[in-house]
Amino acid sequence: MSDQPLLSVNDVSKFYGSRVGCRDVSFDLYPGEVLAVVGESGSGKTTLLNCISTRLEPTNGSVTYRMRDETTRDLYQMSEAERRFLMRTDWGFVHQNPADGLRMAVSAGANVGERLMAVGDRHYGNIRETAIDWLGRVEINEDRVDDQPRAFSGGMRQRLQIARNLVTGPRLIFMDEPTGGLDVSVQARLLDLIRGLVSDLGLAAIVVTHDLAVARLLSHRMIVMKDGHVIESGLTDRVLDDPHQPYTQLLVSSILQV
Amino acid sequence: MNIQADYNFAYLDEQTKRMIRRAILKAIAIPGYQVPFSSREMPMPYGWGTGGVQVTASIIGPDDVLKVIDQGADDTTNAVSIRAFFAKVARVQTTTHTGEATIIQTRHRIPEEQLREGQTLVYQVPIPEPLRFLEPRETETRKMHALEEYGLMHVKLYEDIATHGHIATTYAYPVKVEGRYVMDPSPTPKFDNPKMHMSEALQLFGAGREKRIYAIPPFTDVVSLDFDDHPFEVQKFDKPCAICGAEAVYLDEVILDDRGKRMFVCSDTDNCESRQAAGHRGELSGMEAAQ
Ligand SMILES: Nc1ncnc2c1ncn2[C@@H]1O[C@H](COP(=O)(O)OP(=O)(O)O)[C@@H](O)[C@H]1O
Ligand SMILES: [Mg+2]
Repeated sequence: MSDQPLLSVNDVSKFYGSRVGCRDVSFDLYPGEVLAVVGESGSGKTTLLNCISTRLEPTNGSVTYRMRDETTRDLYQMSEAERRFLMRTDWGFVHQNPADGLRMAVSAGANVGERLMAVGDRHYGNIRETAIDWLGRVEINEDRVDDQPRAFSGGMRQRLQIARNLVTGPRLIFMDEPTGGLDVSVQARLLDLIRGLVSDLGLAAIVVTHDLAVARLLSHRMIVMKDGHVIESGLTDRVLDDPHQPYTQLLVSSILQV
Repeated sequence: MNIQADYNFAYLDEQTKRMIRRAILKAIAIPGYQVPFSSREMPMPYGWGTGGVQVTASIIGPDDVLKVIDQGADDTTNAVSIRAFFAKVARVQTTTHTGEATIIQTRHRIPEEQLREGQTLVYQVPIPEPLRFLEPRETETRKMHALEEYGLMHVKLYEDIATHGHIATTYAYPVKVEGRYVMDPSPTPKFDNPKMHMSEALQLFGAGREKRIYAIPPFTDVVSLDFDDHPFEVQKFDKPCAICGAEAVYLDEVILDDRGKRMFVCSDTDNCESRQAAGHRGELSGMEAAQ
């Protein structure tokens, strides 16, 4: 890991009217590092993720990102064109609901190929070959390349969404409850796949989850949110094995009993 | 069409014509960009070319000579009524000869005869937005145009090849205008796309229901989208026109009898008639003579 952060979140707050979405959140994320954001439902995880990924403008605070050319940019000072370009090249976003992240009415191959075409790839044969290669890497058989995601199971759709995001070789990927809504056995397989890809590709990731087991399996570091605030943060093993805050202790003990 | 005696020249009031002309000027200044305008009620239903009619009404003057075609023909109901409409409300001269016209309003075709400087081709457009097929949200398609994000257009062509083995889109085939805006020439056949490129004539597009006007000024670069390994190609016809023997023109299939006998004839009726007048004959002409 490099000594320069890839992403810096500085005192980010988001208010919905008088309601707190998230408040005064700061952290750095380094290249290749996986950060889990945990907390119960309504604690502000999705709000924070959206503020960081330029999907929702924060009320206060700033987010800076080290671009591929090594310049550090304030995301909300960039033009919309630059932000959207960043999102579809150097970033990925995996939605909890695959329908939000896929084009359900076009083939799996086109779903994966879209980003390539968006950055100017104009060779059908190469696009298709790359798409098939990526389908293979997320364990989707080549013979499904012309099928629409409508015909896929929940787990396959989620894997397709991952392939669609990774095809441009992003350095940072955001995931919001990537295994939510899937059967336990399907979840386990997807988590293994994500863990393998993230480490093989050296991706940095921010993973929002209410499931501490997901955080344990995927992340190096984690932050715990409650009522929009970060109440505890640290290396994942430390936080889970030796939680300092009573709320975190409660969360940890509740899953250990299951 | 029931038109009152005290209508203004070319039916629309001067205020409205000025508003539409402003939209047209803006469209010419930004080739391929869809300019919103407040489309008026016309004495004909949507789908009959109300967008094209409003454009024509706004640019036509007493000295203009008007030609109207539907498919390639001057004698279809739609073409005849629009021509009659302008003959009545603007008292302009009309023609079926491409070469004589100063304004040509069209629904599907670009005439075979090469258009000249000083002529204006007015297209009646049903669906102006080329990205609509894959992105139904207007807010999003506008943003895509503004930011020149056209990857989605190739997604559509990719799907064509994945499904049919080649680009199967034959009508409304998307083009990039002057290296910037992606535009839908709808609903012309892709056969006519090359005619839009570097045309000497001004090309104006009016979509009445969708309230959009766009334009290709004379001598503008117009490129049909494609892939390096699946380049853009126009339709090719196996035979020449059965009536006039023309090759490399767009042909319509005509069913001759209830036993499935068919022939291919020019879609551009004016071009076909001019060729016949000049003595050109196709295979059917011989048969007719024999009968
Ligand atoms: N669009 C919104 N409008 C108003 N309040 C919202 C909106 N989105 C989230 N909230 C509120 O912000 C808080 C944090 O929500 P959220 O970020 O969705 O939490 P989590 O993802 O941890 O479940 C909650 O109190 C929620 O009700
Ligand atoms: Mg959430």
